[in-house]
Amino acid sequence: MSAVLQNLIDQPYQHGFVTDIESDTVPRGLDEDVIRMISRKKNEPDWLLEFRLEAYRHWLTMAEPTWPNVHYPKIDFQAISYYSAPKPKKKLASMDEVDPELLRTFEKLGVPMHEQAVLAGVAVDVIFDSVSVTTTYKKKLADVGVIFGSFSEAVQEHPDLVRKYLGTVVPAGDNFYAALNSAVFTDGSFCFIPKGVKCPMELSTYFRINTQQSGQFERTLIVAEEGASVSYLEGCTAPQFDTNQLHAAVVELVALDNADIKYSTVQNWYAGDENGVGGIYNFVTKRGLCKGVNSRISWTQVETGSAITWKYPSCVLLGDNSIGEFYSVALTNHLQQADTGTKMIHIGKNTRSTIVSKGISAGRSNNSYRGLVKIGAKAEGARNYSQCDSMLIGETCGANTFPYIQVQNNTAKVEHEATTSKIGEDQLFYFASRGIGNEEAVSMIINGFVKDVFTQLPMEFAVEAGRLLGLKLEGSVG
Amino acid sequence: MIEAGAKVLLEVKQLSATVGGVPILKGIDFTVRAGEVHAIMGPNGSGKSTFAKVLAGHPSYLVTGGEVSFDGRNLFELAPEERARAGLFLGFQYPVEVPGVANSQFLRLTYNTVQGGRGKDELDPLEFDDFVREKMKLLEMDPAFLDRSVNEGFSGGEKKRNEILQMALLEPKLAVLDETDSGLDIDALRVVAGGVNALRQPDNAVVLVTHYQRLLNYIVPDYVHVMEGGRIIKTGTRELAAELESRGYDWVAAEGREAA
Repeated sequence: MSAVLQNLIDQPYQHGFVTDIESDTVPRGLDEDVIRMISRKKNEPDWLLEFRLEAYRHWLTMAEPTWPNVHYPKIDFQAISYYSAPKPKKKLASMDEVDPELLRTFEKLGVPMHEQAVLAGVAVDVIFDSVSVTTTYKKKLADVGVIFGSFSEAVQEHPDLVRKYLGTVVPAGDNFYAALNSAVFTDGSFCFIPKGVKCPMELSTYFRINTQQSGQFERTLIVAEEGASVSYLEGCTAPQFDTNQLHAAVVELVALDNADIKYSTVQNWYAGDENGVGGIYNFVTKRGLCKGVNSRISWTQVETGSAITWKYPSCVLLGDNSIGEFYSVALTNHLQQADTGTKMIHIGKNTRSTIVSKGISAGRSNNSYRGLVKIGAKAEGARNYSQCDSMLIGETCGANTFPYIQVQNNTAKVEHEATTSKIGEDQLFYFASRGIGNEEAVSMIINGFVKDVFTQLPMEFAVEAGRLLGLKLEGSVG
Repeated sequence: MIEAGAKVLLEVKQLSATVGGVPILKGIDFTVRAGEVHAIMGPNGSGKSTFAKVLAGHPSYLVTGGEVSFDGRNLFELAPEERARAGLFLGFQYPVEVPGVANSQFLRLTYNTVQGGRGKDELDPLEFDDFVREKMKLLEMDPAFLDRSVNEGFSGGEKKRNEILQMALLEPKLAVLDETDSGLDIDALRVVAGGVNALRQPDNAVVLVTHYQRLLNYIVPDYVHVMEGGRIIKTGTRELAAELESRGYDWVAAEGREAA
């Protein structure tokens, strides 16, 4: 690959600093006592402890999945600390009580924690290592009946709601990492939109891993009742360490009749250095259940970080006429590996799904799309359209597409399109011969490539995501 | 049009270049003055296209000797994009497809970049739209091409029209058109040639790199050069082109060997 391209894609990570803050971290290792300790620290009801222990016992019988197209040394699950919280851990009455060091951290990251500074109409829940540190705009949301805040609070304040829906979309024993998460999850966001309510603002959670040996296991649960709608955004960063950290989250979405959930992610975990040292292992289970008729769940993700990404935000289309959507941009550089895609499970009649996946590979990275479209026997008139495009930058990266299609109903219509393109010297020379420098050319080509996905993002997020891709791919041209 | 004392736009002295270590250009001397049209002809593999790409600064080619001045500046001190901003234009033999980037967006960026380089005002999308549609009429191009991705799915003729459209927008001092006639049917050739002719001015110049004489029926050159083995081995006027068409290239090469 030319030096020019090399320079273009070598950009330092912007969020690699560590906050020097005292934290309450449990010793490394995992057994039932650790789980009991986490549950006790969080003052949880018995049923939740039982949920955790059952998941843990199940997890012990499971093996790590080996089918993804990613490679890494075996993880020592006893070397991880399963709980870390910034001290002092007391109930905060207002933003003024938050540790100023923590506030500075989030200012540095560009996350607005002061309500007056918040971009008009975005409520933010902030998760630092294992616990939620603040939620903005809570009161305003409560006025319309929307519950939005940390998972821990929801367990205390709305235990019945949590109990009703927790594990209904991703059962505790669903897969190896989901089981681990179910056993040890520490916090996350909970969001409940009651019947008929259109959530008046974008809801947003910002995740930050700060401690070196801690894993982050958050749990997010979003429920939209009949006719409700919500748009939810999630952002993630982590400091730069030369060891790998595990992030194994579970996200569950439930949409009842005529409900609409839009879930957007901009993931920028630390990706490791140019030699593949350090970085986050992002092993995440995200699934939405379109439980009611005419419901809709839409996933949009921009994945730029993590050493390894293993993630398949999926939709189970149970209700008749329900709609599932997946829009994804996954960028890998250096030695990053991504195996990501979606599952669209059509069960109800006339269910529809759309998959648009854009993979960008640079450096020596490897980027795989893996997707399942399954049309059940009773899914009369189901339709799916999938489009999977890969773009290669330079000569040393790889892209793969693994589409799985299973159709059990002959009235279904399933379409799959895939392309692979390449930013090479010839394209850059073409732009240069028209006066356009390499940086601008790459940015224009990439923006063109991801356009269909970015138009799905809420406005502010689209701007941030565009800037992020730019940062990851542009730089001083030699 | 030849005018004695016209300004020298391009002066090439003993230019040599290699690709992948293989010498392709072996000492080219070539001068273009304002107002002139030059045709460079020659058999396949003679180095014509390489010469065009070296002038534009293609990174695959390594200049190993000689000098080139363009509009009074040392060409080799300029990056490819700076050459373009300085008024050098290369019309590609095989224009590159850029999926996902709208032609209108690309054309406006290139126009504004080159205009900006000349210290002139840039056009906003609405102003540019009017401007580019005028230019497209000249080339009998359907405005629908503005909304399509750059060159993606264009036929050979459409790609070449898109090249000439870019030339019309950028108004270069020196346009080097690499086999612009290849793959064109006779109607497309007429339109493309008409586009080039309409852009000829006393203060700019055109170099046509071509394999066949037929383009020269539409764009009349002041000089015809024959290239072979990485050198210009014969220079004449437009009559030379007709002679090449009827007699082929071998006699020129033989004449060259005799002279040596």
